[in-house]
Amino acid sequence: MTEKSADGAQLDSGDVNLPARAVPAEIAPTVTGGGSPRRSVPPGLMRNLGLIIALAVLCVVGVITAGDRFASTDNLLTILRLASVIGVVSIGMTFVITAGGIDLSVGAVVGLASVWATTTGTQLLAQDVHWVIMVSTALLVGTAAGLLNGLMVAYGRIVPFIATLAMMAAARGLAEIIANRQTQIIRVREFLDVFTSDLLGIPVIVWIFALVAVAGWVLLNRTTFGRRTFAIGGNPEAARLAGIRVKRQTMLLYGLVGLSAGIAAVMIMARTTAGSSTHGTLYELDAIAAVVIGGTLLSGGRGTIVGTVFGVLIFTTLTNVFTLNNLSISAQAIAKGLIIVAAVLLQQRVAARARGG
Amino acid sequence: MAKVEEDHTGVPLLEMRGIVKVFPGVRALDGVDLQVRAGEVHCLLGQNGAGKSTLIKVLAGAHTIDEGEVLWQGQPASLSSPVAALKQGIATIYQELDLVDWLSVGENIFLGHELSRGGFSQRATTRRRARELLVRLGHPEISPSREVGTLSAAGKQIVSMARALSRDARLIVMDEPSAVLDGEEVENLFTVVTDLAASGVAVVYISHRLEEIRRIGDRITVLKDGRTAATGLDARSTPTVQLIKLMTGRSIEYVFPPRSITPPPPQTPPLLSVDKLSRRGEFEDVTFDVRPGEIVGMAGLVGAGRSEIIETIFGARRSDSGSVQVRGTALRNGSVRAAVAAGVGLCPEERKSQGLILDQAVYQNISMATMGRFSAAGFIRDSAERSAAMKVAATVDVRPADPDRIVRTLSGGNQQKIVLARWLLRECRVLLLDEPTRGVDVGARSEIYLLIRNLADSGVAVVVVSSEVEEVLGLADRVLVVGAGRVLHDGPAADIDENQVLDLIMAGAAA
Repeated sequence: MTEKSADGAQLDSGDVNLPARAVPAEIAPTVTGGGSPRRSVPPGLMRNLGLIIALAVLCVVGVITAGDRFASTDNLLTILRLASVIGVVSIGMTFVITAGGIDLSVGAVVGLASVWATTTGTQLLAQDVHWVIMVSTALLVGTAAGLLNGLMVAYGRIVPFIATLAMMAAARGLAEIIANRQTQIIRVREFLDVFTSDLLGIPVIVWIFALVAVAGWVLLNRTTFGRRTFAIGGNPEAARLAGIRVKRQTMLLYGLVGLSAGIAAVMIMARTTAGSSTHGTLYELDAIAAVVIGGTLLSGGRGTIVGTVFGVLIFTTLTNVFTLNNLSISAQAIAKGLIIVAAVLLQQRVAARARGG
Repeated sequence: MAKVEEDHTGVPLLEMRGIVKVFPGVRALDGVDLQVRAGEVHCLLGQNGAGKSTLIKVLAGAHTIDEGEVLWQGQPASLSSPVAALKQGIATIYQELDLVDWLSVGENIFLGHELSRGGFSQRATTRRRARELLVRLGHPEISPSREVGTLSAAGKQIVSMARALSRDARLIVMDEPSAVLDGEEVENLFTVVTDLAASGVAVVYISHRLEEIRRIGDRITVLKDGRTAATGLDARSTPTVQLIKLMTGRSIEYVFPPRSITPPPPQTPPLLSVDKLSRRGEFEDVTFDVRPGEIVGMAGLVGAGRSEIIETIFGARRSDSGSVQVRGTALRNGSVRAAVAAGVGLCPEERKSQGLILDQAVYQNISMATMGRFSAAGFIRDSAERSAAMKVAATVDVRPADPDRIVRTLSGGNQQKIVLARWLLRECRVLLLDEPTRGVDVGARSEIYLLIRNLADSGVAVVVVSSEVEEVLGLADRVLVVGAGRVLHDGPAADIDENQVLDLIMAGAAA
């Protein structure tokens, strides 16, 4: 007997979202084709039930303690605006973590990209040509930093934690040199006009978050790129021996996080109307926390964009409720810490149950 | 059920009666009886899923039972936790050895009950006592201060056994101890086990290999579907047919499928040709051809370089010299992708760590090498992917036929079928199989043999690596004997018998 699981063959069904269990384990090799009726119950709903409840509880607390100051359209938009920047970074982070990696440099890269895109030179060029120059500078800087991370991890075989830690230090330092520790006010009117405006009553940066989330979901769940991401996170050796280009995929994944940091840089530039080497400070921790409480496994192989979005919303709503109640940032930090521990404890239980242990 | 009479040598060391262990949705153990005497080697037989693992965990105190009773030397005992089991004197040696690679042999042996005085570890005493235990096990050459990570699998096993003895274990459970060992190491293991039994320790020995059980076992208990199918069978005289019947509920007439009636004519150009392939320190000048429809078996000891050769052919390792050609076209050295693109597939030796993504669904594991076919512009067409994957899964008869099942929950045989299905789906022309039946129960083995033969009959060139000479001889058309990194023999399977192969292997090992 080679594995613990053979005896516990049916034990995975502790999870509520496994309607497959209802199907008898037929021996006959007759297979019903693709679209099976067993998938009619959206498993995502059940999987994210805990997160939905957590968010609902937070909202109830918000309504009780802050009343209309919480339950207003303005406040809802505030929450979403807050969630957007860190949300975009978290979507990118979901990919690397699903692939079994980590990126500690996202915050620093946000800072670097925001500074690079708002130097006098870039702004002058943007004024002469088009505001798109600023956006593409931020995206390029982010992607390049990410690819460099990927290069170090995939081809240099440096563990992700260390490679991105190095990038974190270096990118922040470079941002400080470029900006000379000054806040670079954005003077390109068109840029601010576009990114601080509303579309259908909703801020553009919230739209960007929504767009990135949807694109991220499709990429992770409906494409070969996403499937390879899961494969690498689940078992890199098996992926390699199945002919998947693991190194290339790893590099692209870090490039993708870098791109998400670049997008986030544009968003934070719009929100603060400036570029600064202090932008994005501690984003890496917020993003990792959001991804983990969303249900993505830190060990890789399992990842969920929907969970990440919930994770971000839970954190931002928490911050909002605390702020409305004039509670200190320190108290928020404690609450965040508790939530992270609770989420990870819950995750471990689910994982253990899935393994029939 | 052949129940043993009250033991004539007195009270058995361990007696389990009517053990039931229920997990949500399944009765993993449904009435198991087991009786182990002091000083005997008691073999536990059963197919994957029969309940052996659960029973081991019950013995180790990792699972608590729901019903039934456990008697230890005639007294009711409770195995409520691993510590409680150890206190009783039951030690378990799992297949995945639970050693800490970075610690020394001595530290590992006394892990959890470190020798110390006033909180300071007694290093000298630890080394001395560790050495005593290693000597008792007949392995004085293992130094107590050596780092465990540098030992071979066999060495690690000895350390595990020394740890069990350091706890004054009266009963040692061994879960497939021979699976990771080669012939000579297995001999050593047998000596150790026999000595242990002679010194009064009871050994519960789990193995798939009947010939091992015949050699060292005293009595056999057969499990089937969570129940004791038979207990107290004599390990030497019980006919194989009866054992297989008890395990499978059916009798297997012949395990190996017949060879194809029309072998490929000798002038058929080879599909795979390996020419003077070498990799420093691993193997040298390996040359052989495989024609379509042919199964080439590679026999040899573990460590002879078989897996290394196979993995180099596949591009998972880079060769130092020589070439690999598929249909006359040379493959790029060290490129798995080039091999896969040329139609080569590998079912690796370590199925779980190299072959499968255990927490993913069956269909995703099957389509892993073929994703591109089911995608347009990078988007996967889920239904096309599923139906194709499940069609192949049906051909190899993966049970249950549920595409969404998580691979981890399947038996070893079904997991192997999934790796096979992956390359089947890719329509591979060359299939490299490294130990395809390791950890696969007897019933599923013959299914896998038949599958391999059918694949060959459809024109695939197959290379099978196996530690079991019988398997190579029974399955292959042509046999390569590999020893010390060299091909010692290459000829038709019909022209060589088991003894000749063993002689060659012995000679190769001596060289």
